Amino acid sequence: MHTLDNRLKRQNLLDILFRNITRLSAFAVLALLVGIIISLFLGSQLAISAFGWGFLTSSEWNPVTEEFGALVPIAGTIATAAIALLIAVPVSFGIAIFLTELAPQWMRRPLGIAIELLAGIPSIIYGMWGLFIFVPIFAEHVEPWINDHLGQTFLIAPLFSGPNLGIGVMAAGIILAIMIIPFIASVMRDVFDIVPSLLKESAYGLGATTWEVMYQVVLPYTKIGVVGGIMLGLGRALGETMAVTFVIGNAHQLTASLLNPGNSIASALANEFTEAVGDLYTSALIELGLILFFITFIVLSLARFMLYKLGQNEGRSA
Amino acid sequence: MFTLYGRRRLINGISLSVSVLAMAFGLFWLGWILWTLLEHGIPGLNSTLFTQSTPPPGSQGGLGNAIWGSLMMTSLATLIGTPIGILAGTYLAEFGQRGWLAPVTRFINDILLSAPSIVIGLFVYEVYVVKVGHFAGWGGALALSIIVIPVVIRTTENMLRLIPNSLREAAAALGTPQWKVISFVTLRAARAGILTGILLAVARISGETAPLLFTALNNQFWSSNMNQPLANLPVVIFQFAMSPYDDWRSLAWAGALLITFSVLTLNIVARVLFRQKANTY
Repeated sequence: MHTLDNRLKRQNLLDILFRNITRLSAFAVLALLVGIIISLFLGSQLAISAFGWGFLTSSEWNPVTEEFGALVPIAGTIATAAIALLIAVPVSFGIAIFLTELAPQWMRRPLGIAIELLAGIPSIIYGMWGLFIFVPIFAEHVEPWINDHLGQTFLIAPLFSGPNLGIGVMAAGIILAIMIIPFIASVMRDVFDIVPSLLKESAYGLGATTWEVMYQVVLPYTKIGVVGGIMLGLGRALGETMAVTFVIGNAHQLTASLLNPGNSIASALANEFTEAVGDLYTSALIELGLILFFITFIVLSLARFMLYKLGQNEGRSA
Repeated sequence: MFTLYGRRRLINGISLSVSVLAMAFGLFWLGWILWTLLEHGIPGLNSTLFTQSTPPPGSQGGLGNAIWGSLMMTSLATLIGTPIGILAGTYLAEFGQRGWLAPVTRFINDILLSAPSIVIGLFVYEVYVVKVGHFAGWGGALALSIIVIPVVIRTTENMLRLIPNSLREAAAALGTPQWKVISFVTLRAARAGILTGILLAVARISGETAPLLFTALNNQFWSSNMNQPLANLPVVIFQFAMSPYDDWRSLAWAGALLITFSVLTLNIVARVLFRQKANTY
């Protein structure tokens, strides 16, 4: 019986070892996050002590005099993400309705994959396509129209009048919209799928139309998840780099017009980081990265929180 | 004018048509982008694309060094990221019922999954490039592996959760120690799903540009030295596309075609391999 005892002991030891190796790996993920925050914080120390909170509100960006402020890239990041959401949310809702209610069963999977492939295309490809194909068409056909119509409308005129360059905040926002549609649409489709069919069938049984079922039964039931999906798309849009870098124009200027070139945090980093001369310049760029990480962290946390909440309520309120 | 019923039917008809249009809208961009890539990329596809290095402006060349560099960094990143991802995913699925570590890790992991990749580039720049004093292929591989880890963790956990508990109980009832149950029963049963996750992770990093800009940078010459700046497809495409030279641009299009179709193929293979949904958004 001695050997059996030994074998049991050894297996026990291996169990403990295995458990701790996996625990260590899980811990590595936490360490990674803490490491990212600390290293960005240390890297931006120089800029933080030089500009303080004023960094957030200053629109100055002058590498020669070493005056830096984050207002222009922050505004550009938020403006592009807002345009992207305005376009992507209704379209994704439409796609999700189509995929869950309208499409015949055999079409659902291939069409769902096709939409997900849109998310698979690397962002640099969106950038190239945007710059060489989309922007010229946008400049020639769409922007004059925007200028003539929306640019003349009372109140919103300043937003929509500007040079017909093609590149600019508006073009970047539209391309971002295309990029985040698959993310929002697939979350919406997934949360629509968890709605108990009993609920939908009762509504149909009362004579509701498909639209009424979607808008008055499915959407209220899944609203937390839908908002979570939208926030997920927002998180993507805020941090998207290459596509925006190609088409936003990389101009450090603060204007009301969405047709003007602008800058976003990610594109400023992509364009200037490797060419930044001097510690303060580099440090200011790293602080931009820290701000971006902070904003996306909050948005993504809210998104995940909402999606978890929906998951917990699943089947309970039905 | 309309009866109530007529109005409701009208609204229904309009909104459903709009939803069909939305679907067409999404497919339209996919088709347009793929068509553009074929149109501009195919003329540049020839054998020198794979055999020759990136040329100086105005002369003939290929993308051989960039393809090689990308392959090296992608495989190293996968080799580094996959084991950590599988182990951590195993912890979340198998040991994560109690304690604070599992829920916190799950939450953080989901955030890292969609964290901006450029910030990961900055992080590796700070902890690696600054320390060694120059851009290097290892930095690129490291940055990419940080993107691989969350994807693999997510799919591994999801797939392990699909394994019925009776399988674990059956093995445990035979007196199997837990490490054997997990590595020889549950992980093996979930291997198709985990492989899907790895493929999706590879697809995700093959096109990543932003984290390589500050880590691997670029190299005009053929190099296998991971301690030196390393050429890679995405950064070469970025530089060549932004350049004013026509032959550089046509190389960029050819590279773009190559990268997109390999990424999309990986995506499709991953989904066919495992028909169950593997969400990695």
